[in-house]
Amino acid sequence: MSSLSQARLVRSIVLHLFLTPLALIWLFPLWMMVVFSTMPDNGIFSPGIELLPHDSFLDNFNNLQRGTNFVGAIGISVSVAVTYTFLSVLLTSMAGWALARYQFFGKGMVVAIILGTITLPYAVVLIPQFIMVARDFQLANTWVALIVPPLFNSLGVLFMRQAFSMMPHELFDAARVEGVKEWRIFLFVALPLARPMLAALAIILFLASWNNYLWPLLINSQPGAMTAPVALGTLIGLTKVSWGGIMAGAVMLTVPMLVVFVLLQRHFIAGIAAGAVK
Amino acid sequence: MRTQNATAYRFLAPYLLIFSVFWVWPIISSFLISFQATRTVPWRFAPTFNWGRLIGDPAFFNALKNTLLILVIQVPVMISLAIVMAVLLNSPLLKARGLYRFAFFAPVVVGEVAYSAVFRLMFNLDFGIINKLLNSVGVPKIDWFSNVTPAMAVIMIAVTWRWAGYNAIILLAGLQSIPDDVYEAATLDRVSKVKQFFYITLPLLKPVIVFCAVLSIIGTMQLFTEPFLITERGGPGGGTETLGLLLYRQGFRSLNFGYASAIAYTMAGLAIAITLVQLWLTRDPK
Repeated sequence: MSSLSQARLVRSIVLHLFLTPLALIWLFPLWMMVVFSTMPDNGIFSPGIELLPHDSFLDNFNNLQRGTNFVGAIGISVSVAVTYTFLSVLLTSMAGWALARYQFFGKGMVVAIILGTITLPYAVVLIPQFIMVARDFQLANTWVALIVPPLFNSLGVLFMRQAFSMMPHELFDAARVEGVKEWRIFLFVALPLARPMLAALAIILFLASWNNYLWPLLINSQPGAMTAPVALGTLIGLTKVSWGGIMAGAVMLTVPMLVVFVLLQRHFIAGIAAGAVK
Repeated sequence: MRTQNATAYRFLAPYLLIFSVFWVWPIISSFLISFQATRTVPWRFAPTFNWGRLIGDPAFFNALKNTLLILVIQVPVMISLAIVMAVLLNSPLLKARGLYRFAFFAPVVVGEVAYSAVFRLMFNLDFGIINKLLNSVGVPKIDWFSNVTPAMAVIMIAVTWRWAGYNAIILLAGLQSIPDDVYEAATLDRVSKVKQFFYITLPLLKPVIVFCAVLSIIGTMQLFTEPFLITERGGPGGGTETLGLLLYRQGFRSLNFGYASAIAYTMAGLAIAITLVQLWLTRDPK
């Protein structure tokens, strides 16, 4: 018995000896992001190795704000992400509900098409989407352009369909017998029961919108209409630029999400484990 | 459940509307655009104009080669690493599990722009922390972004850092759905942990691994932000240019929508081929 627990101890030590350096390597870029964001530019470009935070975050932030209206861009990003998340959760759970609870003509085809789009590269729709939104609808540099086209989300629908089909149908049949309308059953019985799944989906969708880069880069390229990642991206690669400022921006984009991640880890992981976003 | 066409489609309507306008029509439209010469006004039908150019364009084959090279190296490395992370995080011997999970899963929330900026700075020739650390252990500094091979390596390292934990989360969920008694029986039969991994864990996890691999391949195939921001528009000299970046340059810098659509459909063709391989790999062996 003692040799068994000794073997377990050895295995445990080996496990930690392997995993700890790997974890430190994985944390290193995030740590350096924070360190860089607090260092003056002449500190970033000095020959010494600096691994601890300094106190120049505010100076860096001011440099960033001078180069681009980053606070304004953050405002756009937050508003767009909140609106997008609300609408997308609503749309995907309505569709998921229909697929989970009703028999209807064409159901198999709808599911097959949704599944088919999971492995279809986004590149295929990118150009027509751009032509349509920018030229035909004249909506470039608006919030609508940022919010509406990404509302189609195939994995979200499959996630909500799964959530609703796991609920016992007796729950809904009782209400039906009493003559409650279907949309009321959906809103007041099904949605409250699906709260944990809705939370998981909402977090993943918010994150996807918050970090979205390519589409906002193409469609909202005017300075006053840029999202925060796009505004930050315009600075990367400029010759005369404050790297401390860029890092301050990166921290402002990342740290709030890390806090949300720590607080809501369970929902986060549930959302990703279900493949709720591509 | 009785048939309720009207009710069902009322719930589906807004979703299907968005789907039709922003996906179904674009899928058809970009196919049609790929057969048109789009730099004349008005566009004219010229079936071989873009596709003919594509098969003779060295820039296309360069981007295709780079993309496939990244795929072939980065995806297997990342998936293997993700499997290792998931299996070790799942070990009952692990202490302070929350800290390790945070370390590996945190990159999942980091945006492409933010981490591209950090990696670009970390791998800077003279002032990057990586070269400084290498120097301090006696390794001469590497000019990461002026040579193709190290520049590709940085791209692959960055993508692996960003996505390994994401895949580990999915794989961990897969691991946790394997019933414990399978392992208990194997342990009673004195099957070693290593053998258990190869003969129980991997086969039972295969569908999840294939799922992760396919999503990763399709994601990496469209790689855009990393070569755009980290290696400065696919540098050095197109050495890290990917299909995604070529599509961006052709479509949105040169405004050559026809040619860009042909590139997009090439990517779709690759994706369909990969999906078919996936279906074949996970088919019922009957």
